[in-house]
Amino acid sequence: MVSTVGGKSSHLAGKVVVFVILVTGALIYLMPFLWLIRSSFMTTGQIFRMPLELIPKPFKWKNYPQALTAMPFFRYLLNTLIVLFFVEVGTLLTAPMAAFAFCRLRWRGRDLVFFIILTSLMIPYAVTLIPTFILWKTLGGINTYLPLTVPAWFGGGAYNIFLLRQFFAGIPVEFDEAAYLDGATPWHVLWKIIVPLSKPALITVAVFTFLGVWGDLMGPIIYLNDAKKYTLAVGLTIFRGAYSTKWNLLMAASAVIMVPPIILYLVGQRYFQHGIVISGMK
Amino acid sequence: MFEVKGCSYLRKFERKWGILLALPGILGYFLWVLGPTIAAIFMSFTNWSLAGSPQWIGFENYAKLFDDFIFKKSIFVTFYYAIGSVVAGLVLSFFWALLLNSKIPARSILRTIFFIPSITPAVAVAMVWLTLYHPQFGLLNHLFKSIGLPALKWIYDEKQVIPAFIVMSTWTIGYTITIFLAGLQGIPKYLYEAAMLDGATWWHRLRHITIPMMTPAIFFNLLMGIIGALQGGFTQAYIMTSGGPNYASMFYTYYIFLNGFQYGKMGYACALSVIMFLIIMCLTVLIFRTSRYWVYYEALRR
Repeated sequence: MVSTVGGKSSHLAGKVVVFVILVTGALIYLMPFLWLIRSSFMTTGQIFRMPLELIPKPFKWKNYPQALTAMPFFRYLLNTLIVLFFVEVGTLLTAPMAAFAFCRLRWRGRDLVFFIILTSLMIPYAVTLIPTFILWKTLGGINTYLPLTVPAWFGGGAYNIFLLRQFFAGIPVEFDEAAYLDGATPWHVLWKIIVPLSKPALITVAVFTFLGVWGDLMGPIIYLNDAKKYTLAVGLTIFRGAYSTKWNLLMAASAVIMVPPIILYLVGQRYFQHGIVISGMK
Repeated sequence: MFEVKGCSYLRKFERKWGILLALPGILGYFLWVLGPTIAAIFMSFTNWSLAGSPQWIGFENYAKLFDDFIFKKSIFVTFYYAIGSVVAGLVLSFFWALLLNSKIPARSILRTIFFIPSITPAVAVAMVWLTLYHPQFGLLNHLFKSIGLPALKWIYDEKQVIPAFIVMSTWTIGYTITIFLAGLQGIPKYLYEAAMLDGATWWHRLRHITIPMMTPAIFFNLLMGIIGALQGGFTQAYIMTSGGPNYASMFYTYYIFLNGFQYGKMGYACALSVIMFLIIMCLTVLIFRTSRYWVYYEALRR
């Protein structure tokens, strides 16, 4: 902001000040991660030792294999991936369909229906939680992955429909019209023309969906009773209860759970930032 | 004649496909949003529990709220947290966005660092902060002691727990920063150039150009922040404090969860959730109503 807010004479000095403040801020924001990583390579004794030890000596690499075997990590990972797969497929199939119908096809009542669907963003999740639970209980879905995955196959949530619609609306209509003249159906136009042009938005939806499933705690707690079916987020919570004194292992397990979202973010960053902005500003 | 026919054919074709493609989304709205919401309102008038058949008890659940001191406490706690975290979050993210918007080296790396905490799973965030706030070995108490401040009890103290959670919430403001950054990049350069010609100081430019031009982004972040924060705190309470000490972190959603799934009082939990719905709806309407007094929309002004 200095370039626009600051005067010309103070240009360089201002930039240096801004840079120093930002680097300090960034270090503060990184600190919890560094603290976590440091603690994850220590013995519990070292963690508690006074005065403070910043660098683990020696590095206890074994905390990681130990943490991962102390909880059925790979079981939980597999469970999480199963849920993730079905949620991603459901969302990426049905959200673009709805978004397409709400902006590239004309039908009576379209905008009203879209508006009504958007109002669901205002309804707190706590409101629908209990009736939905009772519905699944009646259907026999408790202790299965159905309650966690099936809802995604119904439009993938208002937020994703909204985000994709915003993006689709920016693609010239002439593309569709030309395809229809050639006898294509909207189904083809959606998947062959619109979707390939909307990669940033779809990646954003996919990443949001991943983050939602990966970190979801409430859903699995409510619907899964069998410890063998737990996802990683619940697994970590249980692990904390069982190993509350083994901070080093808990830190190692927490660090492992953070890695996939961070990698995914770094890979999709370019698209993802753009996607947040589309969803927010229009 | 032919054209009219073709046109109506296209209309029918579009309508058929439009409804067909929107169908999963529309069904989803009925199944997972509207249906459960109506059911929750209905259930809030019953003594629904996991065992036994539910009975219609009228407003009894709502009447009980007035005697439920945990309910009152949790309303207080939730608003305290929501106001604190939204105000702190808005001010801090505006500050970081202003700085991140300047042309400095390593800008994209810095942005990434500020953003990454926001994509960290809430469960893992809770675990990290448990260790930061640990009264004996936590980083924060180490730092406090090293500069001669008294060690705090953080989340283990009735008075400190909500401020501690507010501090923790300012670690995950990446989305808010991103929206602000996009807003800043959308401010036309000529406004600043004109102001410079008039000899405006940086404060004047911030006060009379940047902030007014940013009001739509502030509005969006405020609205989303309030709605989110009022529903927040579940993971923190579930993992870090169990709503304690002495109900000092009994976040509203956690209290709903406890009633519905731990105590089996589903009717009561539904009444609680309906109250939350009403609060959020009123606040949303209120924020929208006041927006015309302070949000600047270029298109509307003209």
